[in-house]
Amino acid sequence: MIPAVPRLGSLPSRWRLQSIPICAIMLGSMMTALPIISQSPSMPPFGLLILLAWRLLHPEMLPLWIGAPLGAFDDVMSGQPIGTAVFLWSLMLICIEVIDQRIFWRDYWHDWLMVVGALVLCIGGALLMAHIAGSRTPPQLIVPQIIWSALTYPLIVRLIARLDRWRIMA
Amino acid sequence: MARPTSRRPGQNRRAQYGLFVSYVITVTGALFGLLLVILSRADPTGFSVIRSTMAEVTRPVSVSLERLVSGVGSLDENIVAYVKAGSQNLALRRQVDANRPMLIEAQAIKQENIRLKQLLHLVEGTHDKVATARLVSSSASIARRIARISAGRMQGVLPGMPVRADEGLIGRVIIAGPNTADILLLTDNQNIIPVRRVKDNIAAISTGLDDGTVEIRPLNAGSNPFRPGDVVVTTGTGGLYSPNVPVAIVVALRDGAAIGVPLANPARVEAVLVQRPYDAEVPAPATINNAASTRPFAGVMAR
Repeated sequence: MIPAVPRLGSLPSRWRLQSIPICAIMLGSMMTALPIISQSPSMPPFGLLILLAWRLLHPEMLPLWIGAPLGAFDDVMSGQPIGTAVFLWSLMLICIEVIDQRIFWRDYWHDWLMVVGALVLCIGGALLMAHIAGSRTPPQLIVPQIIWSALTYPLIVRLIARLDRWRIMA
Repeated sequence: MARPTSRRPGQNRRAQYGLFVSYVITVTGALFGLLLVILSRADPTGFSVIRSTMAEVTRPVSVSLERLVSGVGSLDENIVAYVKAGSQNLALRRQVDANRPMLIEAQAIKQENIRLKQLLHLVEGTHDKVATARLVSSSASIARRIARISAGRMQGVLPGMPVRADEGLIGRVIIAGPNTADILLLTDNQNIIPVRRVKDNIAAISTGLDDGTVEIRPLNAGSNPFRPGDVVVTTGTGGLYSPNVPVAIVVALRDGAAIGVPLANPARVEAVLVQRPYDAEVPAPATINNAASTRPFAGVMAR
């Protein structure tokens, strides 16, 4: 299916290169529209995982401020008070930026560790904001979600790498 | 892999400025997000408009896939039922035999009830049903428990209306869009419902625990009267939920309160019923005052 090389004389359009990552992240956020009625926070935050996969695969592709608009879309889809993911995703991208400047060589395990940190920041931060708003959700309820979101990341990063190949090969 | 170089601009003044500006925009965006969280708490209307608009966009996907997923969701149950068929058949037959006298008794009581109500000239509001809908999606990725139904303002659904299934209470509407509505499930910890135990009317408060169960706390302090197997129903206090809708069955006891499982599992129910708030049928106090003033001592004479 995937052509081994780009066709001669044709470079992928700028629009295609830019829009595919954004669309992939938004589709990930829209996973909550699937007809799954869950009784506890069980679905991994796919929008966040796909954003992390693109950010760690291509550190310079997405602008630093992309967390704000994509976070706003994720808030609308997930049902959190709007602004939660705007704040947390922006904070997370700045943190990854700072970590990137500290470590010179980055391995697969570093990526995974960063993903776990980002998941704790975003899911835990959202819970903290809900607590400030008056919710009394027990904190241990999000631990399973963080664990299997971290375990889903290798699958997501492979899917995104495949999508990335298709993106630049057309 | 090695880290990229463009975000370490070195001596290039223009690249330095560009990097600085991108940091400024990002920090501004993050602070704007915090501001939005505070604003959305103060005035949730604007947010609910955006959310219900997106719900309309994703509605076709949710509704068309709903059948498929509910079939997959009960697959395990079907397999277990097949394996257990023999022993289950025997147990169910015994249960039916045991239930038959109670059923006949209940029918007799129902007849008597109708007769007594006719004697008292009580008129029951039967037009409390607003719409029938399906649960099409839920907030699966966050800690709040919100589900979405496939009916909205065009079907008469408005915020605040109670939602139930045949098996029991589901929750109440918090956001209503044109064709969809968001429901706060009774397992959300911001959904507080006054309940009573069926067999002896002990009053309690049911609060969601966000993990598919509810906490049932008796109003009277002291020893916890609840035992596993107790069923609680709504009282009608507060005027939102109509009385005697099944809420939960107690499964465990934990430090002074009982843990209950909702009788209507949102993941399993076929269809849900949106009802009018119970209180809407109670006449406003102003009319009562008028009636009292035109007919003084009416209450005393009736007594």
